Amino acid sequence: MGEEILLEMKDISKEFPGVKALDKIQLTVKKGTVHALMGENGAGKSTLMKILFGIYSGSGTISFKGEELKLSGPKDALKKGISMIHQELNPIPEMTVAENIFLGREPVYGKTGWVNKKKLVQQTAELFETLNIPIDPTTKMKDLTIASMQMVEIAMAVSHSADLIIMDEPTSAITDKEVKYLFEIIRSLKSKGVAIIYISHKMDEVFRICDEITVLRDGQYIGTKRTDELDHDSLTQMMVGREIKQVFHKEPAEIKEVILSVKNLSKEGKFKNISFEVRKGEILGIAGLMGAGRTEVIESIFGVDPPTSGEIYLCGKPIKIKHPSDAIRHKIGLLTEDRKLTGAFLPLSVKENMIMSGMNKFLNFGFVNGGKVKQSCVSMVEKLNIKTPNLNKLIMNLSGGNQQKVLLARWLLNDPDLLILDEPTRGVDVGAKAEIHKLMCKLAQEGKAIIMISSEMPEILGMSDRILVMHEGHFKGELSREEANQERILQIAFQ
Amino acid sequence: MKNQQTIEKQAPVNGRVRVDWKEKGSEVVSRYGIFLIFLGMVALMSILTPHFFTYFNLINVVRQVSFIGIVAMGVTFVIITKGIDLSSGSVIALVSVMAASFAQGGHSLVVPILIGLGIGALTGLINGTIATKGMIPPFIATLGMMTAARGMALLYSNGRPIGNLTDSFLFMGSGDLLGLPFPIIMFLVMGLISHLLLNNTKFGKSTYAIGGNEQAARICGINVDRHLILVYTYAGFLTGIAALMLTARISAGQPSMGVMYELDAIAAAVIGGTSLTGGIGTIPGTMIGALIIGVLNNGLDLMNVSSYWQQILKGIIIVTAVLIDSRKNRKS
Ligand SMILES: Nc1ncnc2c1ncn2[C@@H]1O[C@H](COP(=O)(O)OP(=O)(O)OP(=O)(O)O)[C@@H](O)[C@H]1O
Ligand SMILES: [Mg+2]
Repeated sequence: MGEEILLEMKDISKEFPGVKALDKIQLTVKKGTVHALMGENGAGKSTLMKILFGIYSGSGTISFKGEELKLSGPKDALKKGISMIHQELNPIPEMTVAENIFLGREPVYGKTGWVNKKKLVQQTAELFETLNIPIDPTTKMKDLTIASMQMVEIAMAVSHSADLIIMDEPTSAITDKEVKYLFEIIRSLKSKGVAIIYISHKMDEVFRICDEITVLRDGQYIGTKRTDELDHDSLTQMMVGREIKQVFHKEPAEIKEVILSVKNLSKEGKFKNISFEVRKGEILGIAGLMGAGRTEVIESIFGVDPPTSGEIYLCGKPIKIKHPSDAIRHKIGLLTEDRKLTGAFLPLSVKENMIMSGMNKFLNFGFVNGGKVKQSCVSMVEKLNIKTPNLNKLIMNLSGGNQQKVLLARWLLNDPDLLILDEPTRGVDVGAKAEIHKLMCKLAQEGKAIIMISSEMPEILGMSDRILVMHEGHFKGELSREEANQERILQIAFQ
Repeated sequence: MKNQQTIEKQAPVNGRVRVDWKEKGSEVVSRYGIFLIFLGMVALMSILTPHFFTYFNLINVVRQVSFIGIVAMGVTFVIITKGIDLSSGSVIALVSVMAASFAQGGHSLVVPILIGLGIGALTGLINGTIATKGMIPPFIATLGMMTAARGMALLYSNGRPIGNLTDSFLFMGSGDLLGLPFPIIMFLVMGLISHLLLNNTKFGKSTYAIGGNEQAARICGINVDRHLILVYTYAGFLTGIAALMLTARISAGQPSMGVMYELDAIAAAVIGGTSLTGGIGTIPGTMIGALIIGVLNNGLDLMNVSSYWQQILKGIIIVTAVLIDSRKNRKS
């Protein structure tokens, strides 16, 4: 670990209309180290990194490799040795993985400008090989799972051979296995003298991989400490400014009759013979590695992509769900895994995003009742502690974690009997995560059923009454809360 | 909050394009900008030509604008869903000749009106169905309708105008109601209805949702295909209204009517802030957009600027509007 300073950001400030996102922030990163940037949702982490990467400009000074850094844009940042993995993925869906990675710097034949496709694929394959990423460079981006897309983004950032790599929540969409690969990549980069700024809401990761930690709170600089000077509690304290219970412990709920049961559900090429049931008051966890088919199963139950065969029973009665509207009518809700692709209406306001799945109850003689909408949305903003100056703010201008909360609010407003949550706390900070977990328990206690997919072991283990383990399109086994632990889950997945 | 003026630098993260602009005041400008530009244009024209700011001329401008304006409202719905409608001009012609043939006496006024609105809506229904169920891009689907409807209009009328329309029918083009020309009244009424529909109903919110994120809209339980068909149908219906009034205005059904109207309608919507990327647009914006085109045409006419120059200017304005829009979009 070097002591040589690579990056020094001083007095960085940034304002958006109505928000002071950053107020005189400091950040000093040493060569060959991993520096964590921590803070609650909306603290200003992504904004600071976007300034460093040349996407936004702010006031203050930045020195990089001993020289003052003035960037004209992201391209310039890449040229000067800074690359970035963005919190929100930005794939070009119709292009292949290889084309995405080498966008704008494709290998060409001589000086002709004609892209050498063979070399492009070959270079990508080599890159993937060194990084241990099992993805075919010729697949189209749109055919990848988000976890795979995330790995591609990581590869892309690494491929620039930068001196500083910014990683904004690189692990929010991937499972333990890929996290392990990522950490190997990070360690090898570190040994080559590359510095990394690492943003994550997963504390255990931060303690495993980071050397130093800088904490922001509400756009203010709180401090920088060596990782070994901190523990979970003191770090949380720094982030939140007050003492909070950072982990919520599940409260028991009375588990009653079966609400949903699924029999022999199959979908060509995706999953086969899936049968399970979930009861009122129960939280059913579905665990598995990336590409296990978990999302496909629940999306098909919800009618997004109906199954080819199999039956679904609701309270014992067979039902047909051909379209999400059928599912919603049966009081089922689905929080999807990919915020940007299937969740948020980016050009619309927070308010409109919240009401879109349950507009009927806001209608008076066919007209949307603004007062009712406002009342419900305000109560959600308070309940989930969503940071937004007002309900008319466009959702795309909210921080990632706050966007996630808005989408959760959308389904809570529907008051569903069965709530399916696909990675419910993706990108959500510790405090809010505990709040969401508490809310899930409360819903269960009210007699609602919850199906939760999560790639985070502690979340699956901590929240589920029962855990189904899925692997490559099959249900491999089931564990009760008492018998479940990480090893057993992996064991079942691979048996 | 401190009032510090910063220059915004924005670029999509892949670093392909970048634009600078002043943030300060941008909120005001993006919200009321188009209205300010409109007022500025009216002021400019009033200074440049004394004949512009007279009651008679202003009424004339607004009446001219009404037809395109009503078509543009439907087009606004369509563009908000990320679609496009190239067929409006030809549909005007088709409605015109068919309605006119039933407005030559012997029929009550109701018949040509029902035929006109029905044909308009039907073409929209076909557009929407082909685009959604046939999974053909709206650009192509409506391009097909554009050609076919023009052909049908020519075929139906043998290429000749259909005149001798009843007085009651002609009222729709030249009559006055409450002291204002009937087309202007309809422009305002349809504007109000469309605005309420877009902003205050489930139908309108769903329209925005589909344009904002079609996949997410589906998951929210919106029947996307059915909704899109309804949107195109509404656009066709509005085109039908404009066509009836236009036919009455020139006292004949004309198979050559409405050429290039689709582009003027799209231009009005876009100048008024409707974004081709979907999910963004308002009816008042579109109405102002149509008025801007009208004021420009009329003012330049009064100043005896050649129609060639007028076209060039119009082109520049449309591109500028889209440019401003795409800058706004890069904010994300
Ligand atoms: N383009 C924008 N326009 C307006 N406000 C913005 C914009 N981008 C960010 N903000 C605001 O700035 C603040 C900081 O946001 P930022 O995205 O940096 O948070 P973050 O620390 O990355 O949070 P998270 O952990 O949720 O990703 C938030 O209040 C957010 O609403
Ligand atoms: Mg962020």
